Amino acid sequence: MIVYSVYIVSKSGGLIFNYDHTVSKVEVEQTFSYPLEFKLVNENKRVIVSFGQRDGIIVGHVLMSVNGISLTGQQLDDGKDVFEVLENSENYPVSLKFGRPKMTTNEKIFLASMFYPLFAIASQLSPEPKSSGIEILETDTFKLHCFQTLTGVKFMVVAEPTDIKLDVLLNRIYELYADYVLKNPFYSLEMPIRCELFDQNLQLLLEQVEKSGLANI
Amino acid sequence: MIRSYNAKMIYNLYIFDKTGKLLFYTEWNRFKQSGMSRNEEGKLMYGMLFSLKNFVTKISPYDMKQGFLCFKTNKYALHFMETPSGLKFVLNTDISAQKVREILQQLYNNVYVNYVTRNPIHNLQDSIKSELFKSKLNSFMKQTHIYLSK
Repeated sequence: MIVYSVYIVSKSGGLIFNYDHTVSKVEVEQTFSYPLEFKLVNENKRVIVSFGQRDGIIVGHVLMSVNGISLTGQQLDDGKDVFEVLENSENYPVSLKFGRPKMTTNEKIFLASMFYPLFAIASQLSPEPKSSGIEILETDTFKLHCFQTLTGVKFMVVAEPTDIKLDVLLNRIYELYADYVLKNPFYSLEMPIRCELFDQNLQLLLEQVEKSGLANI
Repeated sequence: MIRSYNAKMIYNLYIFDKTGKLLFYTEWNRFKQSGMSRNEEGKLMYGMLFSLKNFVTKISPYDMKQGFLCFKTNKYALHFMETPSGLKFVLNTDISAQKVREILQQLYNNVYVNYVTRNPIHNLQDSIKSELFKSKLNSFMKQTHIYLSK
């Protein structure tokens, strides 16, 4: 059982806790000859593939390094502009590393608050009366399990796609939240969770789940 | 209406085109209306799917192929299929229904393609009014393993 990440969203829809357990790395490094068969653009301070596809590099991947030199924005660490380097045929063959973009903290906050209305609309469009919001969201690469407490706090676990129900795990995380966050006198409700004990115990729990499954937690 | 709560059931079906227009809607069993016009409901549903797709591709740990497949609440399951041309099929069933994706695929291959795409007087941007499609859809759904009327 692989758990990718855990999110906790407060009742007003803000992200108050996030923990990435298994970090997936999708990176491809390859040597290219002139002309480059990709169209690259600078978007949100990252150089992104906007057209073209080859050997696992697809639209949306981010350029991470050129000849082993990493880049910030569109500037290489040795001061050159990445587009100028790639336009000049004398620089070829060139070794480029592409990868799936990592989520920034801002994106995580944005996504967590995006889940809130989706959850509400799912229950509004229900063909059955008194439906809850989204409990399980399935895709081909992961499954998101969501548990909402009576007070409206949402716990979300992103895990690999299996048929196993993660209710036990979500309940255990809730227990940890009650024990180490709510009972912490320095914690105020709705605020981001910064509790060392909670972090430690959550990590321990997830490691246990990874090793021996959900049977004995 | 008397019914057992554990019964297998198909609730309703939405078909959207690539621009988000509701092409077709039909329901077999529906116990709660959303309280808005069909058109408005279609827009809300499409908006939700659009955001869900966005959400899912961002939060995914790996690159996706098919993307969003389905979600479940405690009362129903929504199954989603998108064809390469951007046509979207949304089928609501009970939560115990299995292999609904295959049904959607068959629905597209055997019913939609035969009775909508191959209909010479039908314009693909228009909503589907063909009675033949409706009746074929109905009989197709009734022979699937997840269909059971109350």
